[in-house]
Amino acid sequence: MSAVYALYPDGDSAQRAVNALRAAGLPGNAITILSGEPIEDQEFFEADKSTWMWYLASAGGAFGLVFATWLTTMTERAWPLNTGNMPIVSWWPNLIIMFEMTMLFGILAAVLTLLVTARLPGRRPALYDPEIMEGKILVGVVNPRDPSTVERALAAPGAEIKRSSN
Amino acid sequence: MSEASARKLSDDLLRPLLQTSWRFYVLVVCLGSIVLTGLGTWAYQMYNGFGITGINNPIFWAFYITNFVFWIGISHAGTLISAILRLVNAGWRRPVTRCAEVITAFALMIGALFPIIHLGRPWLFFWLMPYPSSRQIWPNFRSPLVWDFFAITTYLTGSVLFLVLPMIPDFALVRDRTTGRRQQIYGILALGWQGTPKQWHRLESAMQIMAIAIIPVAVSVHTIVSFDFSMAPVPMWHSTMFGPYFVAGAIFSGIAGLIIAMAALRKFLHLEDYLHPVHFQNLGKLLLLMSLLWAYFVFAERLTIWYGNEPSEIAVMYVTQKGSFAPLYWTMVTCNFVIPFTILSLKKLRTIAGCVIASFGVLIGMWLERFLIVVPSLGHKYLPYSWGVYRPRPVEIIITISTFAAMALLYVLFSKFVPIISIWEMKAGEHPSPALLPAGSREHALGETHA
Repeated sequence: MSAVYALYPDGDSAQRAVNALRAAGLPGNAITILSGEPIEDQEFFEADKSTWMWYLASAGGAFGLVFATWLTTMTERAWPLNTGNMPIVSWWPNLIIMFEMTMLFGILAAVLTLLVTARLPGRRPALYDPEIMEGKILVGVVNPRDPSTVERALAAPGAEIKRSSN
Repeated sequence: MSEASARKLSDDLLRPLLQTSWRFYVLVVCLGSIVLTGLGTWAYQMYNGFGITGINNPIFWAFYITNFVFWIGISHAGTLISAILRLVNAGWRRPVTRCAEVITAFALMIGALFPIIHLGRPWLFFWLMPYPSSRQIWPNFRSPLVWDFFAITTYLTGSVLFLVLPMIPDFALVRDRTTGRRQQIYGILALGWQGTPKQWHRLESAMQIMAIAIIPVAVSVHTIVSFDFSMAPVPMWHSTMFGPYFVAGAIFSGIAGLIIAMAALRKFLHLEDYLHPVHFQNLGKLLLLMSLLWAYFVFAERLTIWYGNEPSEIAVMYVTQKGSFAPLYWTMVTCNFVIPFTILSLKKLRTIAGCVIASFGVLIGMWLERFLIVVPSLGHKYLPYSWGVYRPRPVEIIITISTFAAMALLYVLFSKFVPIISIWEMKAGEHPSPALLPAGSREHALGETHA
């Protein structure tokens, strides 16, 4: 694996580098961008924003609701114990369990979706530079067909262009 | 954020992780000794049985259930406040959220321990779980104690995840800043975090979903804790207002706990550049609001009982206001209303020191409030021949004290191994989403490093 990348001191210069790479004909999915914090005020950060997480969390919650409904009614019928003259299947108290399980499974589904879609836990990526944790923004291309074109696109005042190979 | 300020931010907030003072060891040894004493006392209680406590007929719930309700209340500081501030995108939340969320996680663990300590045979607590036993005996879902189990489990799971997920990027920062074994450990904890836009979006989406989900869960937890009381036909317990009354009290004591924790962090970890007086002033205003709300609930409760004039309830009311519990009752009123109202309603006094004094008062007052809910009612039930008194024994006092030490110890250890202020969230404050931050709006900048 080889890579060409540059480290930028701010979001604006990183955005210009991304624009230059796109102008050089690189598709968006070929450009790697890494940062130590979310850069929400830049256009390049808008990529990959759409997610099914909200729907999956809702589905998880729905599963929790169905599961809790089954658990409470099944167990109450399996051991029909009279408690304070309440019905054997008592919906008022069961609603509490159903609510808690709905929320629990919704939360777990959201976290599971995060882990799967963000590929966590994962191995340290091929293209990485610890400098991003100090405020730099990495823009680069893994296995570029034409490294010199990429280097030209990445060149900007204040940018440190680097090559990596392993 | 410029590279220099990013580096300074990381340096400042990672200093407690990378440098260890002798004071840290002294503190850990002192707190650890108290915690070990508490654990030993619990073991002593298990060995000798409940006869060595002051708990006896008719007062079967006393210090332990007081502590249970108190600590579950304290847990409402963190996740609930953090989730609300996150949802409204309040910029000043950034240095506060993690300090607060940690309180939730540890207070819940300690609080959840008390029903187990209160069990005669604590090793059988797993009977609350719905598992398919060979005798096919299931938990009774009509029991409020089973509701507690489900509510606390959900809240604890959600709160721990809500705390841990935003720690992943900070673990990556520590991984890149350290060497050797420490780098390996933080590398594992960072889960291979890279910082791609996709990862940031997913993390923020997950945090949004959890913030939305955790608010009703937090409200439900303390409502369900209140149901432990209000479902019982005991004087002054069987009340429809107990749910909101408990939730308000929980948030009240939780904010007080958070202010004290933040003041301690600011002082001992030298976080003056990040935890500004404005944070304390904002939380102080919230504490004042909750103090007024608490007074409103107490007034509504007492007026209703006085007007109803039901003999057994009047007996409990007067034993707290005029009888043997009166010193505790009026101390509670002073600590929960007089002190915070006096200090926090005056801008001059709403300083860091003022907020801390008011918060200590609130913690004392709220512990007394829980005690005064539990004990006088159980000691004065409907039939006077069953009335009784309660005197705490050393076992209960030592275990109670040790839980405060346990909270402090866990907090100290956490702030030693994890950045207590979310570094990436502080940096992210410099790149607010244009959709969320209208041009010209400066209120979100409050609390950022440049404030």
